Amino acid sequence: MALSGMRGLAVFISDIRNCQNKEQERLRVDKELGNVRTRFKNEKGLTPYEKKKYVWKMLYIYMLGYDVDFGHMEAVSLISAPKYPEKQVGYIVTSCLLNENHDFLRLAINTVRNDIIGRNETFQCLALTMVGNIGGREFAESLAPDVQKLLISSSCRPLVRKKAALCLLRLYRKNPDVVNIDGWADRMAQLLDERDLGVLTSSMSLLVALVSNNHDSYWSCLPKCVKILERLARNQDIPQEYTYYGIPSPWLQVKTMRALQYFPTIEDPNTRRSLFEVLQRILMGTDVVKNVNKNNASHAVLFEALALVMHLDAEKEMMSQCVALLGKFIAVREPNIRYLGLENMTRMLMVTDVQDIIKRHQAQIITSLKDPDISIRRRALDLLYGMCDVSNAKDIVEELLQYLSTAEFAMREELSLKAAILAEKFAPDLSWYVDVILQLIDKAGDFVSDDIWFRVVQFVTNNEDLQSYAAIKAREYLDKPAIHETMVKVSAYLLGEFGHLLARRPGYSAKELFRIIHEKLPTVSTSSIPILLSTYAKILMHTQPPDQELQNQIWGIFNKYESCIDVEIQQRAVEYLALSKKGEALMDILAEMPKFPERQSALIKKAEDTEADTAEQSAIKLRAQQQSSNALVLTDQRPVNGTPTSSQLTLVKVPNMSSYPDSTDHELSQTNGTLSKVDSSPPEPDLLGDLLGPLAIEGPPSAVAQAPQSVMSNVDGVPNAVESGAIVPVGEQTNSVQPIGNISERFHALCMKDSGVLYEDPYIQIGIKAEWRAHLGRLVLFLGNKNISPLAFVKAIILSPSNLKMELSLVPDTIPPRAQVQCPLEVINVHPSRDVAVLDFSYKFGNDLVNVKLRLPAVFNKFLQPISVSAEEFFPQWRSLSGPPLKLQEVVRGVKPLLLLEMANLFNSLRLMVCPGLDPNPNNLVASTTFYSESTQAMLCLVRIETDPADRTQLRMTVERVYQGTVDKHTYASFNNSAINRHTTGSTTRSSCYTITNRSWGNVSRFAVGQRNDSSADFIQYTFVNMIIQPAYPYSGDTKANEGHHDARACGVLA
Amino acid sequence: MIRFILLQNRQGKTRLAKYYVPLEESEKHKVEYEVHRLVVNRDPKFTNFVEFRTHKVIYRRYAGLFFSLCVDITDNELAYLECIHLFVEILDHFFSNVCELDLVFNFHKVYLILDEFILAGELQETSKKAIIERMGELEKLE
Repeated sequence: MALSGMRGLAVFISDIRNCQNKEQERLRVDKELGNVRTRFKNEKGLTPYEKKKYVWKMLYIYMLGYDVDFGHMEAVSLISAPKYPEKQVGYIVTSCLLNENHDFLRLAINTVRNDIIGRNETFQCLALTMVGNIGGREFAESLAPDVQKLLISSSCRPLVRKKAALCLLRLYRKNPDVVNIDGWADRMAQLLDERDLGVLTSSMSLLVALVSNNHDSYWSCLPKCVKILERLARNQDIPQEYTYYGIPSPWLQVKTMRALQYFPTIEDPNTRRSLFEVLQRILMGTDVVKNVNKNNASHAVLFEALALVMHLDAEKEMMSQCVALLGKFIAVREPNIRYLGLENMTRMLMVTDVQDIIKRHQAQIITSLKDPDISIRRRALDLLYGMCDVSNAKDIVEELLQYLSTAEFAMREELSLKAAILAEKFAPDLSWYVDVILQLIDKAGDFVSDDIWFRVVQFVTNNEDLQSYAAIKAREYLDKPAIHETMVKVSAYLLGEFGHLLARRPGYSAKELFRIIHEKLPTVSTSSIPILLSTYAKILMHTQPPDQELQNQIWGIFNKYESCIDVEIQQRAVEYLALSKKGEALMDILAEMPKFPERQSALIKKAEDTEADTAEQSAIKLRAQQQSSNALVLTDQRPVNGTPTSSQLTLVKVPNMSSYPDSTDHELSQTNGTLSKVDSSPPEPDLLGDLLGPLAIEGPPSAVAQAPQSVMSNVDGVPNAVESGAIVPVGEQTNSVQPIGNISERFHALCMKDSGVLYEDPYIQIGIKAEWRAHLGRLVLFLGNKNISPLAFVKAIILSPSNLKMELSLVPDTIPPRAQVQCPLEVINVHPSRDVAVLDFSYKFGNDLVNVKLRLPAVFNKFLQPISVSAEEFFPQWRSLSGPPLKLQEVVRGVKPLLLLEMANLFNSLRLMVCPGLDPNPNNLVASTTFYSESTQAMLCLVRIETDPADRTQLRMTVERVYQGTVDKHTYASFNNSAINRHTTGSTTRSSCYTITNRSWGNVSRFAVGQRNDSSADFIQYTFVNMIIQPAYPYSGDTKANEGHHDARACGVLA
Repeated sequence: MIRFILLQNRQGKTRLAKYYVPLEESEKHKVEYEVHRLVVNRDPKFTNFVEFRTHKVIYRRYAGLFFSLCVDITDNELAYLECIHLFVEILDHFFSNVCELDLVFNFHKVYLILDEFILAGELQETSKKAIIERMGELEKLE
């Protein structure tokens, strides 16, 4: 096929293909990006053809995986081009580069609307396509009625109408509250009479979305769907072009049957009869054929028909036909069909009572559990899990345990969770349950979450018959030479609690128990030592009269840990030592744990909660919900031991062993919370959540997220004693609720932009929108309750440093369910400083009191306003100044390598205007800006960066500050490149941070006493150095490195 | 619904990427990397379906090119598998005997064809003839 049109584009692609290595490719791409950028800068000389070509090039570069952070504007502007070729490029590239969250898109709404309501059919198509692919809320608000009109317009070609149908589908899915569908039932019914199968296919998708939400209005569509299905299944009047390997549009057949699954039943006997005839024909008439495509297509229809039959609760005869078919499928060699057989059998279990028939296939299913393909193994595991009951639990769990030893890592966690749940649900006797769990821990300790061992402790504590048995088992495992740490924990706990019950048996004396447990202590991590210490205290307590030797040994251990660096261990050691010296008192405090309140297993809940999100709620799920649930749910009785338990995260609560319940509780609940990720909030309806949501793949963000923050605020607090009160270290938060996403990264992102999410956890989302003018700012906090119950005791306090005056409007005490509250916050920048304001936010959900301290993005650079400076103004000024305090220079090493373009972008987002061409050296960058504060008014600042293309990890920066009014003095920044060893952000950076901070320190304190001071240069430099050193600031980098820097600075300040 | 469509070669170079859900750049890179790793080493005798996070990837390999669709867990797998094949047939028809190079040099055409085939993550048109004719109309306008 000949290359179309654009030679420049083809040449560029060839160049890229000819690159020998990645480095060459990068150079070529950089060159092209530079070229495109300069061409875009002087837009006057650009013909529409050229613009189009450059925008395509940008898309190509973007596709190669490079960041393209400019030119979005140009792409969007092409949308309003008058001619088709340019307009087309604008639309296509925009929908690839941008998504619904980009502000740029707003600029295009008017043009898009004009195209949609205009008369040019091609333009209509382009606009509908883009809105259908990336349209967000604003589009829905302003375009939905127009799109609806197009869909039902009789004057439009099918071409436009099918696009309108899907465009409307998108708008409706995303914002069902915005799109008005009153009275659409009749229109949908009319649309189903459509002869054009393209329009019908699109309309059917729209119908599925509508009925999945509410089928009630659409009963009139039901018989029409059956008609369509009949027509297709009998191949009546279907144009040749819509048959696929001889099968009339399999996709439309599938969609139609999907739509039918959202109606709970079919009342009309005639309709029901015709539908069953069709289904019967599909079930019986689908043969295995040689041609893969034909085979797949016909089976796609067959599987959908199976689903529909299951849904309709057909006659017994038809159901057994289905089961027989599935039984056949799970035994075939063709992997796709076998996979689908297993999957559909699992679904079948959810809706009908076919367990007994499926059980006959157990052996076959277990074979699939050993298939080389992980996809099939997963399906087999799901099915085994679903079909398990009291009669076959022992066999199935046995199989799972056996498989656990050979399973790959990716599956072990799921396997062990499922085995644990089955053992709990269907245990014929409880000792078997204990056996299974201990085996699980033994075989796959790394994959056994804390929930699992908490649960076994709970069971044993609540069942007296089980206690001695469990203690014996624990003792047996401890005898093994190498055991998993979790096994040490659970054994130590069980022996501490119940070991004394066996004291008369040989090998179970207090001394011996202590010896075998204590042998394991050197092998465990700090998190387990507290449990061992409690066990020792318990052993000691149970030895009456006291054994002097044992007592001395244990006291020796407590003594040793009294000075442990880990606070939890230290506290326990001190307390246990003091308590055990009290004699009698020990008996009361360390007595056996009370029984746990019965509640739903955390494990089962966890398994139930890991639901995938889908565009439409699954029909089968809806149906399963209608039926009475036969899942095991234990009633939530009143807590026996008095303390109300927070059921959200600490579903299995391990009892407190010390006299300070909070400390123990806190530690355990935190581990529990982070690992289990049991989220009580309903699954997000938002499609955005799909891929970004908290996934099992990603580790818990919490601990990492908060650490840098506390370091940061400590640092911020240090320079000024007056201000330090405002900045509270965040490290000591005791929340059991974990934030979603990295708080620190969110803050950093907001430093660079004006709207976004500041904080999110399972219950609340705090968003921010900000506007800045000179030294004034207005932030709006959006507090959104994500739950179906209200959030109470909401408190927001602003802790502002002395350089910022802030006033927060009234925050309501309660946020109603699913509501969003807006709280404006006025900001005045009084004088320059680096200190950051903190929002101290707390609320209560259920029993959880959540308190977070969040830095607010009212930072230094928000009070900058870019300003351009000409060469005539610039040079005389910056040459006239040579040194501090108005001009500061610093060589910075070990920075994240940035291309000049990237650095320019960074400057732009910091509100510094890059002045291209001012500096004759192309490796340098000059920028200017104005800083506003109440005390200084406008200050002009100039910055110059000198880079070394050969070594991008270092640069020289010079910052100069010019007196207000006319440009009389200057700041510029320059970055040098003398090649000394750099890089390792350790020592070199430390020193540069050190000097800077010392200097700022002096200046900031001068500010504090109210002196006018020209320190802007200082902290601009400071800010820039920070920004550039910190890879995580503009780009996501690793926060670890950041922490290092902050630490370094902290050291510097303190030194 | 389709969450995204990827065309990648064996080395993991993306030849086409279309997202119907809003993702950040970094997330897109991650997704492309992960999907490639997920499908590239699978035995040809395995299923064409792999679980990917909370969704499912339906993929098919043509010579050195992997076509991957990420769909909902409840979607009809085989229907989407054949949807990939239909797309390939359309490309084959349009470029007459399509090869990877055609897609590289004419990536903009591929986007154009895709927009006639799938919209908003749903199938828009399943007639090869209708799409090819439409492409002809559009080419005349350029």
